[in-house]
Amino acid sequence: MTHDQATPDRATHDPLTGDRTTGDRHRAGYVAAIDQGTTSSRCIVFGADGRIVSVEQQEHRQIFPQPGHVEHDGAEIWTRVRSVVRGALEKAGLTRHDIRAVGITNQRETTLLWDRHTGEPVHNALVWQDTRTEALCRELGRNVGQDRFRRETGLPLASYFAGPKIRWLLDNVEGLRERAEAGDILFGTMDTWVIWNLTGGPDGGVHVTDVTNASRTMLMNLHTLEWDARIAESMGVPMAVLPEIRSSAEVYGHAVGDLEGVPVASALGDQQAALFGQTCFDEGEAKSTYGTGTFLLLNTGERIVNSYHGLLTTVGYRIGGEKPVYALEGSIAVTGSLVQWLRDQLGIISTAAEIETLASTVEDNGGAYIVPAFSGLFAPYWRADARGVIAGLTRYVTKGHLARAVLEATAWQTREVVDAMEKDSGVQLTSLKVDGGMTSNNLLMQNIADVLDVPVERPYVAETTALGAAYAAGLAVGFWPDLATLRANWHRAAEWTPRMDDATRDREYRNWIKAVERTKGWVEDEEDDPSDH
Amino acid sequence: MPGPIQSLSRAAAILRLLAGGERRLGLSEVATSLDLAKGTAHGILRTLQLEGFVEQDPESGRYQLGAELLRLGQSYLDVHELRARALVWADDLARATGEQVYLGVLHQRGVLIVHHVFRPDDSRQVLEVGSMQPLHGTALGKVLLAYDPVARGELEGAELEAYTPRTLTDLADLDAECALTRERGWAGAVEETWEGVASAAALIRDRRRNPVGAVGVSGAVERVCEAGFVRPELVASVRDAARSISRDLGAARF
Repeated sequence: MTHDQATPDRATHDPLTGDRTTGDRHRAGYVAAIDQGTTSSRCIVFGADGRIVSVEQQEHRQIFPQPGHVEHDGAEIWTRVRSVVRGALEKAGLTRHDIRAVGITNQRETTLLWDRHTGEPVHNALVWQDTRTEALCRELGRNVGQDRFRRETGLPLASYFAGPKIRWLLDNVEGLRERAEAGDILFGTMDTWVIWNLTGGPDGGVHVTDVTNASRTMLMNLHTLEWDARIAESMGVPMAVLPEIRSSAEVYGHAVGDLEGVPVASALGDQQAALFGQTCFDEGEAKSTYGTGTFLLLNTGERIVNSYHGLLTTVGYRIGGEKPVYALEGSIAVTGSLVQWLRDQLGIISTAAEIETLASTVEDNGGAYIVPAFSGLFAPYWRADARGVIAGLTRYVTKGHLARAVLEATAWQTREVVDAMEKDSGVQLTSLKVDGGMTSNNLLMQNIADVLDVPVERPYVAETTALGAAYAAGLAVGFWPDLATLRANWHRAAEWTPRMDDATRDREYRNWIKAVERTKGWVEDEEDDPSDH
Repeated sequence: MPGPIQSLSRAAAILRLLAGGERRLGLSEVATSLDLAKGTAHGILRTLQLEGFVEQDPESGRYQLGAELLRLGQSYLDVHELRARALVWADDLARATGEQVYLGVLHQRGVLIVHHVFRPDDSRQVLEVGSMQPLHGTALGKVLLAYDPVARGELEGAELEAYTPRTLTDLADLDAECALTRERGWAGAVEETWEGVASAAALIRDRRRNPVGAVGVSGAVERVCEAGFVRPELVASVRDAARSISRDLGAARF
C-alpha cells in the first residue's frame, strides 16, 4: 500500500464533520506531526477533523557495520526531518502561520549521544534492533537475571532498550565518559534529538523526553516517572546526560527555522502514539498494529500491571499534569514478515496481497500449521531455543493450505498475546482496534475476529501513529478541547465479526499449541544455529 | 492462406534463445546463434524492448527477457492487490461523501464486491466483501458493462430481472445507458436494484488502461440525489477516487 501520496484536501465542505463541529475549533488551523521512524521520516499535516491534508516522506540510510549492529546517522535524520517538514507544508500550500502545533512520534529506544555545544553526534545512533548490548545485558543481570530491573522499569534486560546502549557508547567511544561526566554530552532517543534541534539545537534547544520514550530506556521508574538514580548508577550512566522527563502532551518549547514560533507540543513513542491515535483512552481498550511485526497495546488505566506472562509494562501516555495512563505491551516478531518469507524465500506468491488469493482457494488449513519462530519464540513464551516448524503435513496439503496456515499464524499469535494480557490484567477484551498494512487482508482480519471471538475494527485513518502525535499536540495547545472530541473523530471503516463456532476454535487452538510445543528445544547450543553464521 | 511472417518467427526465436536458462546475451551472440545479420537482430531486439518483452542491461548492453512476458500470463489483476492499493482512496471517498464505498470486479454474470468501506456515521453496518451485485441494476455494474466487452457479453440472451420498476431490463436501453456512461465517464443508478438506494460509480484502469474494476458510493436516495439526479459533487469525488486508484495501479509493483 502506498502511503506517500498526499490526500487532497477537501476540507472546505465536509458533510461528515459539518454538523459535528463542537466548541471553539479553530477553523483555519492545522496540526503537523513528525513521525521519525526506523526506515524513514515523515511529516503529515492534519485538519481539525483528523483527516490528512498532506504527507511528505524521506528514507534514511540503514548502516550495518557488522552482523548484529544497526546504526543511523543522527545528522542525516535531522536533515531529513527538516526537509519533510518543508515538503509537507509546501504540498499543503500552508505556511508556519497555519500550523497550530507540531507533535513528534518516533522509533523507540534508538539511542544517540551528542555534543551539547556543537550539536554534533559523537557516534551513529544505535538502533533498537542492534544486538551489540546482549552480553552487556547478561552481565548487568548479575545473579538475578534479566528481570533485575523489571519491578521498577517494567522491562526485562534486553538489547532493545536505551540504557545499556548509552553505557556501550560511553565505554567504546574514546574519551566520551569524561566528557559526559563533565556535562558536555547529551543523550536522547529520537524524540529528544528532534525536539532539541527543532527548538534551536546548541542555541537554546530544550533537552526533554516524554514519559513513553523514557519508559523504554530501563532508566525510568514507572511509579515516580523519574530517572532512577540507583539503576542509572548500576548501568554506569551519568545523570548529567539524561533529558528532563515531561508529559506526552505539553508545550516543550517553540520551534525555530521553517516552523518558527510553532509550539512543539507532543512526543510519544510510535506504538503509544498509535494507541492514542486509535483513541484507546479507556482502561481495557486495545490496539494492534499489523506490519512486518505486530505490536499489541492494552490500556490498563492508572494501574501498573506487572506481567507474569512475558509482556512489557510501559507508559501509554500522560497528558500535561493529568495522571499517567499505563499499558501492557505484547510484541509479535514475525507476522507480515512471514508473508514476505513466502514471497521472497519460497516464491509461492509474487506479491504480499496474493497470499489472500491463494488462501482463498481452500476452505481451511488442511491440517497444516506454521509457527514462525524464526529467531525463537517471543511473548508469551520467550524461548530462544525454539525454531520455526510446519506441522501436520500430509499428502493432502497444498500451497493454498500453507497460505492459510501463514495467515492463521498471525491470528493465533495475536490470540496468545491477548490471552496473556487478560491473565495479567484481569481485563477481558471486548473488541480489537487494528491498523497497519496487513489490515487490507480481509481473510486475516476475519480470522483474527474468529480466533479472538471479539469484533475487529478498522478506523478510517490508517496513519494512526502520526495521528496520535498530532492529537496529543493539538490537545496541548487547545486546538482540540478534550479526549471526547478526538473520540468523535474516530470512525469505523470496517468491522469483522466472529463467525467461528466454539468447537472449531477450541480444536484449532489446541492444534496450534501442539505445533508451538514442537518448536521448543530445537537449538541445543548456540554453535548449532546455522542462522548465526 | 499467407505464409508465416518472417520477422515474427525471428522474434519468437530470439525469445526462445533468451529463455534458455537464466542468462543475458549480447547482440552478436544473438545474431550468430540464429544466423541473422546484426542489423536485423538489433531491429527485432529493439522492437521487443519497446514492448517490454526484452530488457537491456544498461551497463553490459546485454539482453534478457523482460518483465512484460511474465505479466502476459497474468490475465487479471489480483483483486487483493487491487484492494490493498485502493484502501487509502476508498477510505477518503467515504469520508468525503459520507456514504458507503464499494469496489467491484466482474465475476461470472455479476459484480463481485472486493472491498467495502462503511458509511462514517458509526451506525451498525455489515461488511459485504465477497457478496454479489447485479450488473444491470447497479452503478458499479453499468460501469463494467460500459467498458468491459466481456461483461457486456455475459448479458447476451440473458433474462434481465426487474428488481424495481426502475430497473433497465431491455438490452437496448442498457446499451444507451452504457454509451452515456462512456461519454460522461461515470454511471448512476437510482433505485434500480433497491428501493430508496442510489449509487454512482467510475472505472478503475490498470497500467495498460484496461478496465479492471469499478469504485462507487451507494446510499439513501435522499442524500445521494438532488431532484432525482446524483449530486454533482458526489460524482466528482467518485471520479477523483477512481483516477487516484488507477494512478496507483500504474505505479511500480512492490
